[in-house]
Amino acid sequence: MMPVNPKTAAMSITKHFFLILGGIVMLLPFLWMVNTSLQQGGLGNYVEAWTKVPFGTYFLNTLFVTLLTVAGVLVTASLAAYSFATMKYRGRNFLFLLFLSTMMVPQPVYLAPSYVILAKLGWINTYMALIIPWTTNVFSIFLLRQHFKTIPRTLYEAAILDGCGRLKYLWKVVLPLSKPVIVTVILFNIIGSWNSFMWPLVVTHSENLRVLQVGLSYFNQEQSSNFELLMAASTFSTIPLVILFLFVQKRIVASYTRSGIKD
Amino acid sequence: MKIRTKLGPYFYILPALIVVLVFRTLPILSSFTASFTDYDIGGFHGFVGFANYARMLSDARFWQSVLNTVFFVLGVVPAGLLIPLFLAMLLRRKLAGKSFYRTIYFLPVVTSAVAISVVWTWLYNPEAGPINQIITALGGEPLLWLREPRGIFEMMLSPLGIHPKGVLAGPSLALVSLMIVSVWKSTGYNTVLFLAGLENIDESYYEAAKLDGAGVWGTFRHITWPLLSPTTYYVLIMSTIVSFKTFALVYVMTPPPGGGPLGTTNVMVFYLFQKAFDRFDIGYASAISVFLFLILLSLTIVQRRIAGKRVYYS
Repeated sequence: MMPVNPKTAAMSITKHFFLILGGIVMLLPFLWMVNTSLQQGGLGNYVEAWTKVPFGTYFLNTLFVTLLTVAGVLVTASLAAYSFATMKYRGRNFLFLLFLSTMMVPQPVYLAPSYVILAKLGWINTYMALIIPWTTNVFSIFLLRQHFKTIPRTLYEAAILDGCGRLKYLWKVVLPLSKPVIVTVILFNIIGSWNSFMWPLVVTHSENLRVLQVGLSYFNQEQSSNFELLMAASTFSTIPLVILFLFVQKRIVASYTRSGIKD
Repeated sequence: MKIRTKLGPYFYILPALIVVLVFRTLPILSSFTASFTDYDIGGFHGFVGFANYARMLSDARFWQSVLNTVFFVLGVVPAGLLIPLFLAMLLRRKLAGKSFYRTIYFLPVVTSAVAISVVWTWLYNPEAGPINQIITALGGEPLLWLREPRGIFEMMLSPLGIHPKGVLAGPSLALVSLMIVSVWKSTGYNTVLFLAGLENIDESYYEAAKLDGAGVWGTFRHITWPLLSPTTYYVLIMSTIVSFKTFALVYVMTPPPGGGPLGTTNVMVFYLFQKAFDRFDIGYASAISVFLFLILLSLTIVQRRIAGKRVYYS
């Protein structure tokens, strides 16, 4: 044991004091949420909230949309990133800039014209509208491309000599070497899809197409004074992502940081 | 065979390209062209030049939304920078329970804005909400929170007999309540960014400072702050953009039609959403979108200009 320096000890206590204070501020709303959800009806509030409106349908919709979106992103983004990272072709840099430029424009800016496009396609109020526009993600392409570029080209040449095709090389060599980035991409898109609100609110109308966030928002308007039910619904809507987060906490935090500080 | 290799790369990029072109590039370009048209529930009625922009200039509700957005950004961005920076400074280096704190701070980041808004609506509830109960228990006056249209400066100064009006009255308490939630939700994310930035600073700088006898403040001012500037700059830009985009909090906590008490939480994205989807006034909504985009673009350019001189890249 190192001798305890009183100055360091005081410093450490002060640090923990502020950190605990911050932690309380962060946690308190969640504790109040759970606490209120168990008032009066107890666990019965959960049953009542769940059955009052079809939350089961909302959950399944969210799950379905999230799964297909993430699957779509994985396919389209790894193919595009692979071509950006390893192939030489006319217009490559232009296309890459075109992709990146769309990241500069926030979603609300092009929401109204998107609606018109979906209406022309006849996709308003369909799963297509919820899924297809989000089956690629430029940021994911960017992340994957950055990583694919670090894989030595000699590996590729060796594989080609062995008679390995380009697609097979992507599948057998590149993707297995990129697991951490792929996990980042998956987690990012799960969180994004699960929590997305403005888009599904706009492009669907019928109750059987509502995703969880939209359903919760309508439930909030309908039951605005029934706080026990509202808190029960908020709790069960939050739990899946909180569990996911607690399980892969390090990965998620690292993913956010990776996205934040680009080399 | 040769044709295959020539066209090959395009097959790889095609799926992503179609989605990007149809659902990003096309609507982005359309929002520019639509802003010069009369496009409503009845469809396209022709080009109208700058009429939508002229209408914006004389639309009091629009300017209210601009003012509210400016208030929101000016409140959220500095707070969302300083609090996380402080927490990250506490968390750096070896510290018992570091990952525990980080987990807790990060929880609001991964939770959906809708669920968070539902919870905070209850916390802020004037009649039965926990916040007012605590205030009353401590002997204070309960507040209306999300239903309070009065400006906070007006509320603070009126007991002194001063009654600021208009912009000087400040953002309404309702809008400030939304700002608090926004800062609360983003604190964990910004803290983690700052933490990563701090951990990138080479320890030798601090050892040198110690040898020179620099104090806590001197070390922060001359070492931490300049070396952290790329992170600070990134957090600044990101929080500005996120604040401008805020929608779910406003929509859920101060639901339509109003945009809060007396329209005091009516921010730009909320307003354009209403114009586009309640009135289906696509032309006018697009003009507002373009205006919003231009503000964001110029802010990014200005920030880059200023930061370009100050940011220190090691």
